[in-house]
Amino acid sequence: MSTEEHRQHVISTSVYVGIWAILMVLTATTVFASFIELGDWNIVLALTIATIKATLVVLFFMHLYYSTKLTKVTVIAAIFFLFLLLALSMTDYLTRAWLTNPGH
Amino acid sequence: MATAVQVTVETENYLNNGYGLKSWLLTKDHKRIAILYLISITGMFFVGGFFAMLIRLELLTPAGDLVSSDTYNKLFTMHGISMIFFFLIPSVPAVLGNFLIPLMVGAKDLAFPRINLLSWYLYIIGAAFALVSMVMGGVDTGWTFYTPFSTTYSNTHVIGTALGIFIAGFSSIFTGLNFIVTIHRMRAPGMTWTRLPLFCWSNYAASIIMVLGTPVVAITILLVALERLFHIGVFNPALGGDPLLFQHLFWFYSHPAVYIMILPGMGVISEVVTCFSRKRVFGYEFVALASIAIAVLGFLVWAHHMFVAGISVYAALVFSLLSYLVAIPSAVKIFNWTATLYKGSIRYDTPMLYAFGFMGLFTIGGLTGVFLASIGVDVHVTDTYFVVAHFHYVMVGGMVLAYMAGLHFWWPKITGRMYPEGWAKLSALLVFVGFNLTFFPQFVLGYMGMPRRYHAYPPEFQVLNVLSTAGASVLAMGYVLPMIYFLWSLKYGKLAGPNPWNAVGLEWMTPSPPPTHNFDETPVVTWEAYDYEHQPDEEVPVGH
Amino acid sequence: MATSDIEIAEHALQHHFADMDQQKESSTFGMWLFLVTEIMFFGGLFCAYLVYRATYYQAFVEGSQTMNIWLGATNTAVLICSSLSMALGVRCAQLGKTRMMVVLLLITIVFGFAFLGIKAIEYHEHWTNHQFPGPNFQFEGAEAAGVNPQNIQIYFSLYWAMTGLHALHMVIGIGLVAWIVIAGWRGAYSPDYYSPVENVGLYWHFVDLVWIYLFPLLYLISKKHGG
Repeated sequence: MSTEEHRQHVISTSVYVGIWAILMVLTATTVFASFIELGDWNIVLALTIATIKATLVVLFFMHLYYSTKLTKVTVIAAIFFLFLLLALSMTDYLTRAWLTNPGH
Repeated sequence: MATAVQVTVETENYLNNGYGLKSWLLTKDHKRIAILYLISITGMFFVGGFFAMLIRLELLTPAGDLVSSDTYNKLFTMHGISMIFFFLIPSVPAVLGNFLIPLMVGAKDLAFPRINLLSWYLYIIGAAFALVSMVMGGVDTGWTFYTPFSTTYSNTHVIGTALGIFIAGFSSIFTGLNFIVTIHRMRAPGMTWTRLPLFCWSNYAASIIMVLGTPVVAITILLVALERLFHIGVFNPALGGDPLLFQHLFWFYSHPAVYIMILPGMGVISEVVTCFSRKRVFGYEFVALASIAIAVLGFLVWAHHMFVAGISVYAALVFSLLSYLVAIPSAVKIFNWTATLYKGSIRYDTPMLYAFGFMGLFTIGGLTGVFLASIGVDVHVTDTYFVVAHFHYVMVGGMVLAYMAGLHFWWPKITGRMYPEGWAKLSALLVFVGFNLTFFPQFVLGYMGMPRRYHAYPPEFQVLNVLSTAGASVLAMGYVLPMIYFLWSLKYGKLAGPNPWNAVGLEWMTPSPPPTHNFDETPVVTWEAYDYEHQPDEEVPVGH
Repeated sequence: MATSDIEIAEHALQHHFADMDQQKESSTFGMWLFLVTEIMFFGGLFCAYLVYRATYYQAFVEGSQTMNIWLGATNTAVLICSSLSMALGVRCAQLGKTRMMVVLLLITIVFGFAFLGIKAIEYHEHWTNHQFPGPNFQFEGAEAAGVNPQNIQIYFSLYWAMTGLHALHMVIGIGLVAWIVIAGWRGAYSPDYYSPVENVGLYWHFVDLVWIYLFPLLYLISKKHGG
């Protein structure tokens, strides 16, 4: 039964250690990248690295890769709604200055 | 009298399975937890009603002569907090949802019974914080806690009340979490998603909102408390903060919260309208998906509460458009219920009367919401009684009526007794008349410019205010009567069999009241939802 | 203890579930749903951060200069190591290797305390430098950098709130892992019943995840670093 498979799937130690190593390398990368002047791209790079790290933790340490479709959809939904909170709030903050009315 | 003939042979059910305080306070049975919630939220309803009574008394005269303006601020604040956080949000989910969802899906209990009990304790602790704050002097910020008044300038018990709401929020989260897992994982064999009662779909959609939205208001309240304690300036313009950020974070939850309130009520209406038309619902899939659509779209519209607060007009345009969209799935439901009635075999028992009331009053409330979505209209009527009337039409005319419909519909299942139908019909009438008399004048008042949250008003508004207060008195009677006759029915009500309404649904296939473990054997579902074509409708003596 | 794996699982099966499979799936799904609420809970703070960083960028640059990147990076590494030991601990639970599981979970707790210790050092530093929001807030060099000190205070408000909430979750996490260690040592888990271990693991990894974002957002804002 497929749920049995999910339940019993045991990731090997070497995979865990491998993920750990990548995470450590990415951490070092993000620290040293912050010393390089890239202007607006610094934050983009930092968040990209953070997201790669997060994805690895979620998929492998948290077993999402081997989880049910329902669990995957749930996680994606959470990220989506958080994104909505951030994006729709920013529609206000980013456009407040657009209306250059004297007296405002 | 007929009652003398009814010999009660006490079968084992969840009510008599263990006596004593401990068996109730440490129960893991979802049905007992539902009863615990029923008692608690009824208490908080009358707390909120008490504040409403004082508000309406003050507004009998134009002068602010009953209470000071500061006290009046406290009255409407505490009325709102009690009603929204401690009555409306838990009402159908925590009472009817807790009781019925396991029965409706064919399970023995919710997925996490201990977390269910925890959620009730969290509710009680939260309510205790709020009540103690009220007794110690109350809070005057409005239930919306706008900053910087709530963080910096108010001298009332903001933190205590905010903590109470914070804790009660977790009660809500755990209930929603429990429902989602139960509906996904514990349906009986044959109970496919398209055979689920729409009550389950609605509570499922509401649960999604509870899980996604409540944490945001929780962190916002926490920030308010931190700001008050440590004088940081996250929301205080004098210190560089933005009060609108508070409003964004607050309404991100509080708008979807209104859908937490109404969706379970809509679920009740689906059950009642089908049973009392003896027909399957028109467009089952559309009604089910409309619930999900309301939940999702409901998250996209929050800044329509901020049109005049100073947000960018471009953002306002976006939120206005989205707010129009969210009305559509609600309208779909109203159309479908109406179509369900068509060529149905309609019975006018009390639950159905409340359902009819819901359909009309929710439509008015919902349409006025669409008026408010228009920025131009909103600028004129924001912070007037028009808005107050709008949300009372959906919350009371809609939600409370749906709750009453549900209580009456499932009372026989929950208690094993019928309520007295004559008194119930009278109460329904009092509620309907009283409600409209209370709140319709408020539409007019608001449009004419009477502001909300003021204890005094220009004398030309007095007649409508007096009508409104008169209506509130009638409405209050409509609420008190059920208290009396429901309690009366526990001892003297006619014994109800398993299915006094001849309804379709797994909950009606258990005894009334059900045994603790719900089903002796896990049911296997082979029929479609609302299979009224195959449900005999013999004359059942549902007398008074 | 001579209880077999099956007996442990049967004892742990709750009456309202049909079988262990249903219980396990429900338990894991429930835990993920709880983590969803945690995402939204921290998410509100991230929203506030986003809004104020966009509005007061220079102030955020100034504020983050006072962060010790090396301590922050060390803490990031500490948490990643703790996630490894946690994941390996859960793996041992899956395989019934109770002793190894307990050892790995204890290592996880040690890493957790290390994180909190380093955080305490940082907090002490900020505290003695009056970098705590409120009436005693001081920030020399604000005017020199052309930045309103009030806006720097907002940066610090978010710093303390976000890392403080994170640290609180760490403390709770350590408590949860300790509970699992004790129960595991007493033989409560087996390859057929280890969902509490897995769920605590999920919680622990989530706390790590939050830090993975907090670190660049709070510590790495601009290249103007004093180290």
